[in-house]
Amino acid sequence: MVTPATRSLRGFNCANCGAAVELRALTHTVAVACTSCGAILDPRDPTLVILQEAALRQRYTPVIPLGTRGTWQGHPFEVVGFQRRSITVDDEDYGWNEYVLFNPYYGFRYLSEYNGHWNAVRAIRSVPAYSRQGDRPTLRYQDKYFRHFQTAVATTDFVLGEFPWRVRAHDTVETSDFIAPPLLLSLEATGDEKTWSLGEYVPGEQVWEAFKLPGEPPAAEGVFANQPSPYTGTSKFWSAFLILAALLLLLFAGREVTAAREVVYSHVYQFTPSPGEAAFVTDTFQVGSAGTVEIDVDAAVDNSWLYLDLALVNMESGTALNLAREVGYYSGTDSDGAWTEGSRHAEIRLPAVQPGQYYLRVEPEAAGAVRYNLTVRRDVPSLIPYAIAFVLLVIPPILATFRPMAFERARWQESDHAS
Amino acid sequence: MVVRHDVNLSAMGMMSDLPVDSSPIQLGTEGRFDDKPFTVIGRLVYEYENGGWNEWHLAFAGGGSGWLSDAQAEYGVTVLETIDRMLPPAGQANLGWRLDLQHGPLQVTTLTRARYVGFEGELPFAYETTGDVLFADLRGAADVFATIDYSETPPLLFVGRFVEYDDLALRNVRQFEGW
Repeated sequence: MVTPATRSLRGFNCANCGAAVELRALTHTVAVACTSCGAILDPRDPTLVILQEAALRQRYTPVIPLGTRGTWQGHPFEVVGFQRRSITVDDEDYGWNEYVLFNPYYGFRYLSEYNGHWNAVRAIRSVPAYSRQGDRPTLRYQDKYFRHFQTAVATTDFVLGEFPWRVRAHDTVETSDFIAPPLLLSLEATGDEKTWSLGEYVPGEQVWEAFKLPGEPPAAEGVFANQPSPYTGTSKFWSAFLILAALLLLLFAGREVTAAREVVYSHVYQFTPSPGEAAFVTDTFQVGSAGTVEIDVDAAVDNSWLYLDLALVNMESGTALNLAREVGYYSGTDSDGAWTEGSRHAEIRLPAVQPGQYYLRVEPEAAGAVRYNLTVRRDVPSLIPYAIAFVLLVIPPILATFRPMAFERARWQESDHAS
Repeated sequence: MVVRHDVNLSAMGMMSDLPVDSSPIQLGTEGRFDDKPFTVIGRLVYEYENGGWNEWHLAFAGGGSGWLSDAQAEYGVTVLETIDRMLPPAGQANLGWRLDLQHGPLQVTTLTRARYVGFEGELPFAYETTGDVLFADLRGAADVFATIDYSETPPLLFVGRFVEYDDLALRNVRQFEGW
């Protein structure tokens, strides 16, 4: 009635090569690959039928040796099995490693590693529900939505040690991955059996520390399916920006209110074209404090123009700031109706003028007689420094928005949904 | 086979030659499920093509019994339930067949043909060697699971949920050398 126990719980000799085969996962082991010859054995069968001869082209070496014990997620676990699996996408092979971890009370856990990206994996017992969310298949599990990432056929290329299922090299299984970083839901379907597992992205350092592995974990290459984005807190950047921009607006408003806009010189001139020298100098005026100066030109031009060659001259140092402006105003009527072009007004903004006595040297030029007014104001507020500050402020949040977008693009580039 | 749904526990005698096993649970193990203390008083051992599992018979402190199943150290607790509907006969509960219970919708995810390979302790029914027995395992959301046991006609329905080892707060468990 009962199959008598004819083997030790701890191991036996390989029926293929005679080497000692250890059993670390006790009677839970359903298949064990001899570490010496690679033959896959059924430890429950007293005659130890070889499930498959060693016929593997390539050997892989687990970076966590079989038998290594570590503290994993709060409990001791021992590495009992290792397999290399791969998928082929667009004629390109992508291989990854899987480790079987065992504890007699807590059962089996798995670690997977692809190009330095590690996942802590365990089988789940619930059935995730399919859900319609947006443009691609989505699953709902434990109140999280997992988006479809990739479906492929995975082949087992190499096995070593113990497995709680009937593992065989060259076995194929259809795998579908759904992601909600740092989580990954995987479905493996063979025939009519479906197995779900949940992986969580873990840094390699965590694996190294848990199993006391020598050296440093190899750096992870690229972006992995469920790798959490390092660019978090985009909204924080925008919140900070909003606060700083509001502050800037407040500063500008304050400046607008408190600016003196003091008229330090204003005079009306009449220009009449004549063969002689048109240039003249104005009376001197005082610029009381360092800061902005604005020179306004208002000319009574009508279908005409006035060109002013100006120089703001400092009496003490004699330094001159050369400036030029043209005003022109034209109007008329054509088939579309009345039109106007140009302006009777021009202004010149000087961002930083030292205090002192100044005069303007003016050289007007025009086709006909023009009456015009020159006004000099000091302490006129300028939007420019505030605009520059605004642009500088907006750069960090824009970068903080685009970098995670680039990261997500790199992630999905490896999926079935690459753009 | 006589099944006593009134859970009249009686010692069914001892059986030797249980297969070598590595369950951490043993007769006399105590624990709790949904705050109800239980003691493990009996055990059924099943084997199928890809392994084996234990059904540990639980006696709850407040009366009543349940089953703690242990398959490769994945644990679940179920109790026998009667529902007002007919369960499909064997062969009609195919993969994907749905059963709506008050615990939510469940679907058949695994069909297992297994056989008893041993028992020990107290069981709520008389043990009788049979051939293969069909089990339809159903799963739903939130770790709910159910098993339809086709060892009888009409079949028996056990409903419960998967539990973490630590949630059971087990005492008097088996010790493993080196662990």
